[in-house]
Amino acid sequence: MQALTNRAKAVDRKPMSFLEKLYVVNIAKGMMITLGHFFKKKATISYPEEKRPFSPVFRGLQILNRDEEGRERCTACGLCALACPAEAITMEAAERLPGEENLYREEKYAAKYEINMLRCIFCGLCEEACPKDAIYLSETFAPSNYQRKGFIYGKQDLLIPSPKENPGEYQKAIGNRKAN
Amino acid sequence: MHSALLAIDLFLVIEKLVLIVGIVSISLVIAMYETYAERKVAAFIQDRRGPNRAGPFGILQPLADGLKLFMKEEIIPNTSNRFLFILGPCLAMMAAMMTSAVIPWGGTLNVFGRPVTLQIADINIGILYVFGVVSMGVYGIMIGGWASNNKFSLMAALRGASQVISYELPMGLSLIALLMLTGSLKMSEIVAQQMDSTWNVLYQPLGFFIFLVCAFAECNRTPFDLPEAENELNFGYHQEYSSMKLGFYLFAEYINMFISSVVMATLFFGGYDIPFFNDAAHTDWGNWLVALQGLVLLMKVGFFIFLFMWVRWTIPRFRYDQLMNLGWRGLIPLSLINMIATAAFILWKSNGYKF
Repeated sequence: MQALTNRAKAVDRKPMSFLEKLYVVNIAKGMMITLGHFFKKKATISYPEEKRPFSPVFRGLQILNRDEEGRERCTACGLCALACPAEAITMEAAERLPGEENLYREEKYAAKYEINMLRCIFCGLCEEACPKDAIYLSETFAPSNYQRKGFIYGKQDLLIPSPKENPGEYQKAIGNRKAN
Repeated sequence: MHSALLAIDLFLVIEKLVLIVGIVSISLVIAMYETYAERKVAAFIQDRRGPNRAGPFGILQPLADGLKLFMKEEIIPNTSNRFLFILGPCLAMMAAMMTSAVIPWGGTLNVFGRPVTLQIADINIGILYVFGVVSMGVYGIMIGGWASNNKFSLMAALRGASQVISYELPMGLSLIALLMLTGSLKMSEIVAQQMDSTWNVLYQPLGFFIFLVCAFAECNRTPFDLPEAENELNFGYHQEYSSMKLGFYLFAEYINMFISSVVMATLFFGGYDIPFFNDAAHTDWGNWLVALQGLVLLMKVGFFIFLFMWVRWTIPRFRYDQLMNLGWRGLIPLSLINMIATAAFILWKSNGYKF
């Protein structure tokens, strides 16, 4: 049979010599190997202090975006809920009243917007479906919780901080992504 | 009778008490940090980082482990023999601690004009005492395994007892060769001889090697950790133990490791002798020299403890028949040959190298 690689070695079935039977040499060899590993650089990343950088295409928790003036972009069209393969998104629409122009960008907005993070599979189809660039996936992941209902994220959890009122937090939430 | 003979030397009592408390607490602290060192060494050998959360570099980890063990629920099985069940870990701990009594930890200190030898008891049968106490350690295993009333524990205890007894033989035989060289059983005498000439390991390399292997077996360390074989006997003789009683068993193992390292350093590596340094020429350093000697002894001990751990994380466990084979068919003949060769050499030397 032809070998797949040239690294294949025939098994040596010779009886052990006296020196090999003593095992001392081989034990010393093995101990040198472990001593070598003792001084090797460790692969571990000490997690909370040191974080592994995410890849640019990482899909984490959803964020509801605002425009430059801090108005919510979402119009509650329901395309994200429709696109969602896990049926994690539910929403209720409401009409913008006069005087709320600084809060919502269009005449219709989402009064209630919930994502069940236990159902969400972080596929990013909501981000692709959104015609208004209102939802995108951030670079954080869902923190643990003691209760199931803690995983249902409402608007107050999802909405990005306003760029006008809280620019620092806004930049942090945006991360490396291009806003809008 | 003269009244001075009846008077109790109060200073001596205080001196010995301070020494006992000091040595016991030092060996406890060292055993504590051995657990930390073990985890660190294991981690480093396996390319990990080891405990580094409790305090800087994780140095408070042993305290956290101890606290955890103390807080755990203490379970005594209904079917167990309650008295023996509690006696087991106490015996293991006691046997481990008692050995340190005859070990010379350094030269003679000068405290307020009074010479204080850094040795609890300089008895003239030091090595025999060490042997006697070390073999008592098997009672801890045996009683613990028996009192648990559990098949696995009993089996492990039997294994442990037979292992310790089998390996005591080559250990003793390898020491006989050493004792023929030194001509004394007194620990301080053996160290003094090594300080004047060279270390015994140069005269008895094979004897040291046999002693080392047997020390691994006596301490139930890998490759000889059959009594507590986790994957065959569910942790062996301490399976039924919980809380600090388990902690005592584990702790006794680490104290044993420390003590056997000290015994090895004392018998074969010159004890508190500082290598490449003439101690006798620097007696004007006084107590500092003694402190330095103690430190050097601890450094030698540290190396041996590292060796114990290094071996543990390199070599897998023996099968039981391999263990017995090595003990009875490997080490005992080897140590007998070593003994006879040493005896012949000594005879030859005393005859003036003439046949």
